[in-house]
Amino acid sequence: MPEISETLETPDFIENPVAGIDQSRGDFTYDVDYEFDAGTGLTEQTVRYISSVKKEADWLLEFRLNALKKFQSMPLPTHWATKDLENINFDKIRYYLAQGQKPKRTWDEVPDDIKETFERLGIPEQERKFLAGVEAQFDSEAAYSNIKDIVSKQGVIFANSTEALREHPEIFRKFFGKVIPTGDNKFAALNSAVFSGGSFIYVPPGVKVAQPLQAYFRINAENFGQFERTLIICDEGSEVTYMEGCTAPKFSTSTLHSAVVELVALKGAKIQYITVQNWANNVFNLVTKRGVAHEEAEIKWIDCNIGSRLTMKYPGVVLKGRKARGEVISIALANDGQHQDTGAKMIHAADETTSNVISKSISVGQGRSTYRGLVHIPKHLKGCKNNTECDALLINTNSRTDTYPAITVRGDKNATQHEASVSKVSEDLIFYMQQRGLTEAQAMSLSVNGFINDLASQFPMEYSVELKRLIDLEMEGSVG
Amino acid sequence: MSKLEIKDLHIAIGEKKIVRGFSLTLNSGEIHAVMGPNGTGKSTLAKAIAGHPDYSITDGDVLLDGQSILAMEPDERARAGIFLAFQYPSEIPGVSIANFLRAAVQARMGEGEELDATGYYKRLYSKMDSLKIDRKFTSRSVNEGFSGGEKKRCEILQMAMLEPKFALMDETDSGLDIDALRIVSEGVNAMRGENFGALMITHYQRLLDYIVPDYVHVMYDGRIVKSGDKSLALELEAKGYDWVKNELASA
Repeated sequence: MPEISETLETPDFIENPVAGIDQSRGDFTYDVDYEFDAGTGLTEQTVRYISSVKKEADWLLEFRLNALKKFQSMPLPTHWATKDLENINFDKIRYYLAQGQKPKRTWDEVPDDIKETFERLGIPEQERKFLAGVEAQFDSEAAYSNIKDIVSKQGVIFANSTEALREHPEIFRKFFGKVIPTGDNKFAALNSAVFSGGSFIYVPPGVKVAQPLQAYFRINAENFGQFERTLIICDEGSEVTYMEGCTAPKFSTSTLHSAVVELVALKGAKIQYITVQNWANNVFNLVTKRGVAHEEAEIKWIDCNIGSRLTMKYPGVVLKGRKARGEVISIALANDGQHQDTGAKMIHAADETTSNVISKSISVGQGRSTYRGLVHIPKHLKGCKNNTECDALLINTNSRTDTYPAITVRGDKNATQHEASVSKVSEDLIFYMQQRGLTEAQAMSLSVNGFINDLASQFPMEYSVELKRLIDLEMEGSVG
Repeated sequence: MSKLEIKDLHIAIGEKKIVRGFSLTLNSGEIHAVMGPNGTGKSTLAKAIAGHPDYSITDGDVLLDGQSILAMEPDERARAGIFLAFQYPSEIPGVSIANFLRAAVQARMGEGEELDATGYYKRLYSKMDSLKIDRKFTSRSVNEGFSGGEKKRCEILQMAMLEPKFALMDETDSGLDIDALRIVSEGVNAMRGENFGALMITHYQRLLDYIVPDYVHVMYDGRIVKSGDKSLALELEAKGYDWVKNELASA
């Protein structure tokens, strides 16, 4: 894959870029006739163009323009984050593309080439059965969706961001951009300026959505940044599980993915948000995810990051109401030339709130994984608890892992515990497994899967199967 | 009928020569015991035949049914029918015994062949029962938190499931109490037959009361210095290794 090394402007970082990694399942692209194209680069014109194509209300255009100003005025966070961010060329990115088609209602109406895309992504057969329940984003807009019909009988609103803000502003406007303010960080500001696609969900009081709502996101056009926006509101006592999976074709130039996901769990509500992603290894994946949990509400992020050139993502929960619970369970795998900079934020803002963070990272070859955790419990609160565990596994001697936990617990009526470990797959372990007949790659895969096994078992069945497959693919190229 | 021929084998770790001219032929149906004092190269021999990357074979050859195995990867040697029962088995966190053995059994099947899960579990449970391993162990991580005796029984379980042509058993008796020794020995004896041969490495005659060998070899300074039948082990037990050393010195 020589074309990749040409585009990396920090060649000292990787001597042997992604040697032998088989990502061929994602390595294809189709000619798609893009009806709407905002061109490359980002100016006020781009933002106005996006807003007008989407026929947005004036307040939303103002929101976008304000965000653009913030984005342009904010520096890159390179005082703490990697300088690799400086290699993003914002002028070369396409900020909006759509096929100008409305979301499809039934599988039969989905164009054949898009179906073929799903096919080639290797979505398992049993999962295709569930495709009727998939909100699949093809490039900027949702290309397929009919689960809405099923859940709408329960009063659930499940729409893409454009449709939701246009047709249900009375519900979504109140929370939109409130959990993650526009100026939260430079990439949240960027998303706020140019977002398109993504899912907006409202679950009415007491409604428990039985089946997980799903979405597949991928990037399909060269140099095309994807900026989806997700907002999930669970009204009092309701429950929902949302799952997103990402696979992307491989490109010869860098691609930017910068999403914003906001969750609101009102009193007694439960939201579980599951991500399994496998970005191509030239993608900058800079995502802001945060939820607010009100009294006795529960928000759980299950986040699995594989692939990408650089991922920066720290799902957070603001524990706003008494007895609210927050949880982040994350798995990161960094292969050659990849940097997984992930973690969690738990902001305790009420008594008797509890949070749990379990993070496992795997560094392969010259891959690098970084854990950043923030736990904040102020002095005036009582009965708050936090548990943080982060374990790192190094596959090769030149792999790298760093841990930056920041735990601020004030007052004497709160409890916190923190455990961290770093382990290495030893030559003796691999020999032991090979002696039973497994190839070196199979032995690596099995030991990595074993390392994350207790977390992977929390994923829904079809996702843990996919996760295992992704790890097998990643490990195939990591030996020899 | 299979044959494992070890021909004038020389093994080094780095620059250090450990095994110097070891020769032995194992036929299916035979059990050979290799005894000898510490540091004489017994474990080195077993690991090198299995293909451990830390051990370099500087001279000689190992043939399985006439074919040299020295260019083969450790997993290829394993699939060809060579099993090493480890003296210190590794722990594999998060990987259950059932899944590990399943992967190992699957690795021996041809392209496109599917493992019959029901049959696999039936076989696994019956082997576990005869080795007195609690069936709950199937979901426990391989060797993690196991006692010394449990680890050794787990090695024998794997051997029974994988049905190798030849087993190299590296101090399988160490760390076993009398009951566990009996159970492990019964497991090995159950495998004896015309399709199975073994090379048992041990310090003590005790094991050979339970698994009666066809041949006994004394290893010293990296090679076999004396061979005989099971009575040699008794003689060795009575006279100690100094007897062999002195005999060598006077020869």
